[in-house]
Amino acid sequence: MKFGILINEGPYQHQASDSAYQFAKAALEKGHEINRVFFYHDGVNNATRLAVPPQDDRNVVERWAELQEKYELDLVVCIAAAQRRGMLDENESSRQGRDANNIHPAFRISGLGQLIESGIEADRLMTFGD
Amino acid sequence: MSDEVVKKFMYLNRKAPYGSIYALEALEVVLIGAAFDQDVSLVFMDDGVYQLKSGQKTAVDSGAGMKEFSKTYRALEGYDVEKLYVHETSMKERGLEVDDLLVDVEVLNDEQLADLMADQDVVLSF
Repeated sequence: MKFGILINEGPYQHQASDSAYQFAKAALEKGHEINRVFFYHDGVNNATRLAVPPQDDRNVVERWAELQEKYELDLVVCIAAAQRRGMLDENESSRQGRDANNIHPAFRISGLGQLIESGIEADRLMTFGD
Repeated sequence: MSDEVVKKFMYLNRKAPYGSIYALEALEVVLIGAAFDQDVSLVFMDDGVYQLKSGQKTAVDSGAGMKEFSKTYRALEGYDVEKLYVHETSMKERGLEVDDLLVDVEVLNDEQLADLMADQDVVLSF
């Protein structure tokens, strides 16, 4: 089966990203396909490359990055939600005249159309959030 | 858009318009999604029914700090988003009537809403 995944909440604050990760990992290990993981609302904060969680805790961001590398997952951060929360990649940072960027290279920034497209192309779109 | 597939998309709005950003950002999804020519239904339930309450004032007036965006619901028709539904129980529980709302909606009881949900290909809950 082909799944799309929508994550609406930030890391650590909320379980949504953890549950989505466990679901994605299990689905991929069973041979299912995930056409896209889309990060929206505070979910965009899952894409920060600057998170430094305590050593005895899971690293939510790196966990997604590892899964991305292993399965060539398409991890997409909503540009509008990201910008209003100060999440910028290198391109957007220079375009907006900011002095830093914080999006992990395993993620890419794009528009909300990517969420709709994921829903159209997937057999199931799973939402993780409240 | 050239996508040939037309799916039934339901946007399920469940949260109050202010106090959090869910309602505003859900509306942004609906507006972008309209370009994909899908079969769209918008449902307002739980505190989401407050999103359609007429006479909203924010920011300077109330100090809530968010811009007042309720006029956008009235513009949805121009985006061919024409199927708006309100969950009857949620509306009644909050002391609201159809006349309190700023757009024309179809009122659904529990069973009708359950049937509509079951009929969807994609349900996006905000």
